[in-house]
Amino acid sequence: MTESSTIMLLNGENCLRAVNGRKTDKNGFVKNHCLFQQQQQKYRRPKENHNIWHNGGLYKKPFVESFEETPLLVAVLTYMGYGILTIFGYLRDFLRNWKFEKCHVATEREEQKDFVPLYQDFENFYTRNLYMRIRDNWNRPICSVPGAKMDLVERATHDYNWTFEHTGKVVKDVINMGSYNYLGFAENTGLCADAATECTVKYGVAVCSSRHEMGNFDIHEELEQLVARFLGVESAMTFGMGFATNSMNIPALAGKGCLILSDELNHASLVLGARLSGSTIRVFKHNNMQSLEKLLRDAIVHGQPRTHRPWKKILILVEGIYSMEGSIVRLPEVIALKKKYKAYLYLDEAHSIGALGPGGRGVVDYFGLDPRDVDIMMGTFTKSFGAAGGYIGGKKELIDYLRTHSHSTVYATSMSPPVAQQIITSMRCIMGEDGTTLGQERLRKLSENTTYFRKRLRDMGFIIYGNNDSPVVPLMLYMPAKIGAFGREMLKRNIGTVVVGFPATPIIESRARFCVSAAHTREMLDTALNAISEVGDLLQLKYSRHRIPTS
Amino acid sequence: MASGQQWVLVEMVQAFYEAPAYHLILEGILILWIIRLLFSKTYKLQERSDLTEKEKEELIEEWQPEPLVPPVSKDHPSLNYDIVTGPPSHKIIVNGKECINFASFNFLGLLDNERVKQKALTSLKKYGVGTCGPRGFYGTFDVHLELEERLAKFMRTEEAIIYSYGFATIASAIPAYSKRGDIVFVDEAACFSIQKGLQASRSFIKYFKHNDMEDLERLLKEQELEDQKNPRKARVTRRFIVVEGIYLNTADVCPLPELVKLKYKYKVRIFLEESMSFGVLGEHGRGVTEHFGVNIDDIDLISANMENAVASVGGFCCGRSFVIDHQRLSGQGYCFSASLPPMLAAAAIEALNIMEEDPNIFTVLREKCKHVHKALQGIPGLKVVGEPFTPALHLQLDRSTGSRESDVKILRSIIDYCLDRQVALTQARYLDKEERFLPPPSVRVVVTVEQTEEDIEKAASCIREAAVAILK
Repeated sequence: MTESSTIMLLNGENCLRAVNGRKTDKNGFVKNHCLFQQQQQKYRRPKENHNIWHNGGLYKKPFVESFEETPLLVAVLTYMGYGILTIFGYLRDFLRNWKFEKCHVATEREEQKDFVPLYQDFENFYTRNLYMRIRDNWNRPICSVPGAKMDLVERATHDYNWTFEHTGKVVKDVINMGSYNYLGFAENTGLCADAATECTVKYGVAVCSSRHEMGNFDIHEELEQLVARFLGVESAMTFGMGFATNSMNIPALAGKGCLILSDELNHASLVLGARLSGSTIRVFKHNNMQSLEKLLRDAIVHGQPRTHRPWKKILILVEGIYSMEGSIVRLPEVIALKKKYKAYLYLDEAHSIGALGPGGRGVVDYFGLDPRDVDIMMGTFTKSFGAAGGYIGGKKELIDYLRTHSHSTVYATSMSPPVAQQIITSMRCIMGEDGTTLGQERLRKLSENTTYFRKRLRDMGFIIYGNNDSPVVPLMLYMPAKIGAFGREMLKRNIGTVVVGFPATPIIESRARFCVSAAHTREMLDTALNAISEVGDLLQLKYSRHRIPTS
Repeated sequence: MASGQQWVLVEMVQAFYEAPAYHLILEGILILWIIRLLFSKTYKLQERSDLTEKEKEELIEEWQPEPLVPPVSKDHPSLNYDIVTGPPSHKIIVNGKECINFASFNFLGLLDNERVKQKALTSLKKYGVGTCGPRGFYGTFDVHLELEERLAKFMRTEEAIIYSYGFATIASAIPAYSKRGDIVFVDEAACFSIQKGLQASRSFIKYFKHNDMEDLERLLKEQELEDQKNPRKARVTRRFIVVEGIYLNTADVCPLPELVKLKYKYKVRIFLEESMSFGVLGEHGRGVTEHFGVNIDDIDLISANMENAVASVGGFCCGRSFVIDHQRLSGQGYCFSASLPPMLAAAAIEALNIMEEDPNIFTVLREKCKHVHKALQGIPGLKVVGEPFTPALHLQLDRSTGSRESDVKILRSIIDYCLDRQVALTQARYLDKEERFLPPPSVRVVVTVEQTEEDIEKAASCIREAAVAILK
């Protein structure tokens, strides 16, 4: 027996719950107070490959995400692969220990041999035996602008990746599918570069003081006002490093006696910030609103563990786009939950600011929501603006409090002036305030490129994770050998890609990750796609068994 | 055999008849009890949620969180920053007034050096501004590799690693080596980034009194006794000492030779934080190891930020490859964060060039420090805290008024007085509630090579007048 299917939320908005024939459960009560009912299908990694989710009215356009399940044969082979590598790892360690094989690993000084060892042998097992074999796919040095095409420094290794030397040659015009250059502002000519040049000549390169002391420039104030206008919030504040923005400000907002609910796949900076704050941390399943709601209800009803005192505040940490999965946060549902349970929302838009939404204002713009609903909007300038640093935007009281109590403003130096100028110029361009339509064109190009790229890859038969609109495209590789092979084969075809394995991803779900940019032309994408298809056939990567209905 | 079985059955029935009554009754009761236990509901521990749905809803309705942030009063001393327009060089424009700069950590005067700016501009023309990626994913530029090589060569170590933010350098380096269960001995006056690094590492922290080697030795001896009780655990517990070359908060030097002796005696590793002493101490500016003549291989890790003498942004760690290479995969601020913008790295390389070409500037800087130290002696009501050759001194009140707030107000009025007379000073800022050992409020006086004798005289007399006028 179910209750009526609409409930009034705090703002009087109607929220249609997707009710579908609820039975009463064992105790005879019907769970009719939860916002989002338990659905018939499992939420993450569904057996069917696809979720087209409307949820009656909360979403203005279809929210299409897919995480196809790992084929069984592939999973078995992957585990076998890791097993073989581990056995060989032990064998090699044994040989190295007994001096049958030359040991390239740096060792402790003679004078300090009787100190407690600095590293435990097992910590580095993975590094020594698995990572070293395919190490040439990472830390590739570049010697040009990280734009749509880049120049790589050629490296050669004569001892199986233990040491590298530069041959002196440069691999030119490698198509760059790895840098976070969503709107193509990583350029050394044009409006932004000129403005940054002027600024360097006027202000110099560095600041040598913190914001509270002598490091607050007029350019910082201008930047903060511009960021606040861009986001649509009352006030904003900028910091010199994106990672540090999270790790230094979350402790200022939450403390002992507070609860932090953080998504499973949150970035290391959010996790570090939550740990440093000293609050209790509870993790909910990735992008799973039922899990989040259950945690919220349990937290409010039962209070703090053991003492049962009520929590001082509850902070929900989510990201706009998750960079390893390519998924977009279900923001309308999170905001509905936050309003019902009176929690605070911290949204980390590192990858989504500038990349999503018709105006480039991020995931709030993408869903057409009110920026005032998000309590703390955080983001970084590294990705879409081609600069460095982070920001936090929100109500004036919040920003005033951060101005006085954030660790970064008191102890860390402020942002370098040319970097601030680059952000100002690129943000004005995106907003259209510099008088050109360059910003609008780039936003449109990015979303076209994203749709085209994802569609073509899916049609080819690869398993692609994530939301249809996210410019981060993870392509599943699964097997450890394919990680190295994919990276190297793509480089042979003059395309620079990023491959990721354990521990950034679960052990059998290693992937290649492409970042689509507005600077990529259709020809570049076609070249890249042809090469990917070729390598996919060579390495047998086309695992997908489903054909997605076009929506 | 069937007959054998039947015969057993007959015997059983006979035994049944012959058994005493109480025996049968007891057996019967036991059997009934077992049947009851088998069929009754499983006994659950008292569930926490013996609340009904309605009660849960009420609790959810009633719960009111605290406001996200407590309100900040409008006249909070840190709310309104001083605004600087124009370059932060020797003459700096603060709040519209042009003043002599005694507040930016520009020790070697490289902030508006033309060569440094030109190199930065060349780099900007080649690479643009940002790197658009972390070091692992196409964020490593040849400039970064060059800077790391140059730093390692300058400090005469095997390897160096760069971070893109000064604060994050030591705060990422410490947790990469020291984990839960390890022991760290740290000086009480350690700066905030060291404290955050220690907090992130979750190790046992033991503070020893500032620059007090006997206190440190006492702690080490206590630890030795503990080890003897549990040798198996002691064999896997790593120990570290974290000290600074020149302390930011007290402007004095750590006694490095004694520390090295303690290191070998008690088998602890030393992490040295040289933000204030890199480019200041030592004949060639190599820091406190050169100053004392200590072999640099004896120090396990030297960390410094490039935001003081080097006049750039970011930080670095240097040491032996065995130690430094580990951070490339486990330093959080290195792996998970975008790399340093190449123009800032190019500026740092040029600054290193200048430092190597002319080692005389370090002697000049130290002379000026001594000069300033002497000129500030004898001001009524203020005492100079720091060694004569340190470039960032503190001026503290001789006698505190009793409350920190009024001390801060008095110092602020001294600074305002000086700003009016075109000498730019600043207060040393701390987060009152977060610091473990909060230093007393003070005025920070920074010495740079660009300050002339007249500037120093003017500043000293200005501070003297201010002290006389305000501290009567």
